[in-house]
Amino acid sequence: MKFISALVLTAILGFAVGIYGTLPWWSFVITSFIVAVAIHQRAGKAFLAGFLGMFSLWVILAMIKDTPNDHLLATKIAALLPLGGSYMALILVTGIVGGLVAGLAGLSGSYFRK
Amino acid sequence: MRIFPFLVSVACTAGLVITLNTQLPMGSGKTPRLGYFLSPQHGFWQNAESADAAFDGEIKVPGLKDKVDVYMDERLVPHIYAANDEDAYYVQGYLHAKFRLWQMEFQTHVAAGRLSEIVGKDRIATDRFFRRLGMVYGAEQTMQKMNADPAMKATIEAYSAGVNAYIRSLKPEQIPLEYKLLNYKPEEWTPFKTYLFLMYMSYDLSARGTTTDLQMTNAKNYLGFDAFDLLYPNSQDSLDPILPKGTVYGKPSYVPVMPAGADSAYFGKNSGNSTAVAPIVPDKNNGSNNWAVSGSKTKSGKPILCNDPHLGLNLPSLWYEVQINTPTHNTYGASFPGSPAVIIGFNDSIAWGVTNAGRDVIDYYDIRFKDSSMQEYWYNNEWKHAGKRTEVIKVNGGEDLVENIAMTVFGPVMYDGSYKNASTEGKYLAVRWTAPQAGTGLQSFYLLNRAKNYDDYLDATASWRCPGQNFVYASIAGDIAIKQQGAFIARWNRQGDFIMPGTDSSYAWQAEIPSVENPLMLNPARGFVSSANQMPTDNTYPYYPGAATNFPLYRGIIINRKLAAMNNITPEDMQQMQTDNYNVFAEMARPVMLKYIDESALDEKAKGYVALLRSWNLRNDIDEKGATVFRCMWDSMETQIWGDELLNAKKPLPWPDESTLLESLLRDSVYRFADNINTTDKVESLKEVITLACKKAAVYLQEMEKDNRLAWGRFKETKVQHLLQLPAFSRLHLPIGGGTHIINATTATHGPSWRMIVHLTDTIEAYGVYPGGQNGNPGSKYYDSFIDTWAQGRYYKLLFLRKEAAAKQTKWHLSFVNG
Repeated sequence: MKFISALVLTAILGFAVGIYGTLPWWSFVITSFIVAVAIHQRAGKAFLAGFLGMFSLWVILAMIKDTPNDHLLATKIAALLPLGGSYMALILVTGIVGGLVAGLAGLSGSYFRK
Repeated sequence: MRIFPFLVSVACTAGLVITLNTQLPMGSGKTPRLGYFLSPQHGFWQNAESADAAFDGEIKVPGLKDKVDVYMDERLVPHIYAANDEDAYYVQGYLHAKFRLWQMEFQTHVAAGRLSEIVGKDRIATDRFFRRLGMVYGAEQTMQKMNADPAMKATIEAYSAGVNAYIRSLKPEQIPLEYKLLNYKPEEWTPFKTYLFLMYMSYDLSARGTTTDLQMTNAKNYLGFDAFDLLYPNSQDSLDPILPKGTVYGKPSYVPVMPAGADSAYFGKNSGNSTAVAPIVPDKNNGSNNWAVSGSKTKSGKPILCNDPHLGLNLPSLWYEVQINTPTHNTYGASFPGSPAVIIGFNDSIAWGVTNAGRDVIDYYDIRFKDSSMQEYWYNNEWKHAGKRTEVIKVNGGEDLVENIAMTVFGPVMYDGSYKNASTEGKYLAVRWTAPQAGTGLQSFYLLNRAKNYDDYLDATASWRCPGQNFVYASIAGDIAIKQQGAFIARWNRQGDFIMPGTDSSYAWQAEIPSVENPLMLNPARGFVSSANQMPTDNTYPYYPGAATNFPLYRGIIINRKLAAMNNITPEDMQQMQTDNYNVFAEMARPVMLKYIDESALDEKAKGYVALLRSWNLRNDIDEKGATVFRCMWDSMETQIWGDELLNAKKPLPWPDESTLLESLLRDSVYRFADNINTTDKVESLKEVITLACKKAAVYLQEMEKDNRLAWGRFKETKVQHLLQLPAFSRLHLPIGGGTHIINATTATHGPSWRMIVHLTDTIEAYGVYPGGQNGNPGSKYYDSFIDTWAQGRYYKLLFLRKEAAAKQTKWHLSFVNG
């Protein structure tokens, strides 16, 4: 239960601080950290909750933009970055980047409590 | 707290965030800040536009006088209906920004020498070049002059306010993709930026001389004037000028005088000495076609006007289609994002188009300074005080760079001790150019948008200064006309082809040719007018237009030949002609080549290529192999014939024109340059050297054949590149024929940037297409939506609509209200 709560809260708060484009993109580091402090779990679980929270958020948000766009831009960016022009790979990389940062923030939160 | 793991974990988090928040080096450039770029709420995902996005809505903007209705058709062309001109330009600015903001700002950054500010030290050379050429100075001069004209000032300010209204409405995550990629932000737009953009167009269309004058000087010094004059002659046997041969010209109002002593001081050796080359050299193919046929030659009895300006092919496109309707005018055409009004188009009464005049309007003067402080220079037998201009170049991630530019009677001292290369050392070269001399900016186009008849057309174009253009004209009333207009200098023969002495006024520009003496033709008996960047007149015209090498020959010949032969012309005929791939240069050159190829000396493979050449239909269609064989053999011939003379020079020389070789070979069977000067024991004949060229070309052609690149389309490989040259945002391998010397002048990266055909029937029937799309966002399906149509030589019917019809026939409605 704790795990699910931490995951969902990480995602919700990460989304909330992202609504305002004026805040830096990494603002979810702070919220993910606070979630991990407030809902304390062992290190591994805290990392995973943070990771999956932001991973899911970013993957879903990316797909919400990508699908009505018919993958047009994602395919171009995936050729540029370079990811072989695969929009799926780009969505995964997007999720992993968000997830890793939030996971590490969660890990820090866990160690902060204990 | 578990202090050690905590610290390690925090350090890892911080390290990762910092890495993802930094632009990392990649190749020759940098990555975006990856965390920011990938963040779906901040980065590029925000620029992925829904494929079925609607463009309806009410937009509240400050400063509008009245409500403005904009109807967007299915190609995303806006039809603007405003109650007054300023509101219309305000909304045009808003829409340009909405669909092309990054491009508009980037182009003006290039013109202003501000690229280093965005991308860092890699672009310092480009920035210094434009600063020192006087681009910012020129924009200042023009703006100052045009601000005295209330209508122009109000137009450009309303446009600017519209651009800014859009910029202010942007949330941080909504800025165009390229800003996110390069990591900077849009700044406020200003009227000055419009003038900077126009300076850039002047550079692109009239400043090849910044490079060629230096190279021609090198060539003259290296070869001596006599040999130079054979390789870069000022005659063109096959010329078919804009005004037909035999046109009678009045007495010139001014006869320019060549300075005494020019034979040695100017035409002799070592009178100038330089090689610095511009980082962006205007393309020699920056030409265009335009023509108009009168009702006597059309099926409908009404004139048809056609125009296709040839420019570098880029995404986002230089052009943006628009219709502007106000109580003063109703105009449709291609506009420049960055500038108000329509540049090439038509209205209820007339149509107009432009091609580049190519006249020489830029020169260098060799200045003698007292010392390297550049405070005083020798002029007319005394030391004269030099002005000073300071330009500060900001460099992203580096120190500011300060350019101190001495100002002389001729203009800015572009090259000096601080801006030089090995061969300019010690030389101070001032540049004189018509563009920075307080031009008229947009005024001519502003007036053409409103012109109703021939007198209005003459009046609108009379004040146009730079770049010199051939303005073609046709009206519903039935007139057709063409005028070459610009601020042209009354030059003595070859004045300004090379660097000129700058120590006194004897080499200075003596007079400007009055507009009424510029070439003009109205309703000629032959029933058509045309221009394709060729010489405007034959040599009985009393003024020197600049070196012949500025003026390509062959498109003019084929256009005039076709128009003379055509009757009962329809717009469909004009579409076919505008996209025609017939190669008239090859028609003239192939017999000469075949005459000199000794087939008995060739192997089977080479013989096969000669057979392909012989059976070729002279068309540069995509599947033609003969076109590739011809191109390779001709290039090989030029290299064999001229290479030994030119390639050993230490300084860059201009490569002579194809027409020079062809005309020499047509004139005479002995050619001085056929002999290979590296073989001292024999004198090669044309037959030997051309057969050798054929053998060498055959080797290369075999390689092409192995790569399956013998068909012309595969060999040429036309592409439309994104302005940052990112392949992912470009369209590559386009199946389109044509090429140099061909009406469809599409080369690898250059060609018809807007094709327009206007049939001047009472309600106007018009067709157009450009290689791009209305939306500059690579994440929009409208980004490149016209390219396939363009490549196939097809057109869109242009919707020139009354407001009531627009409301019915278009897809979306945007209304703009003050608020």
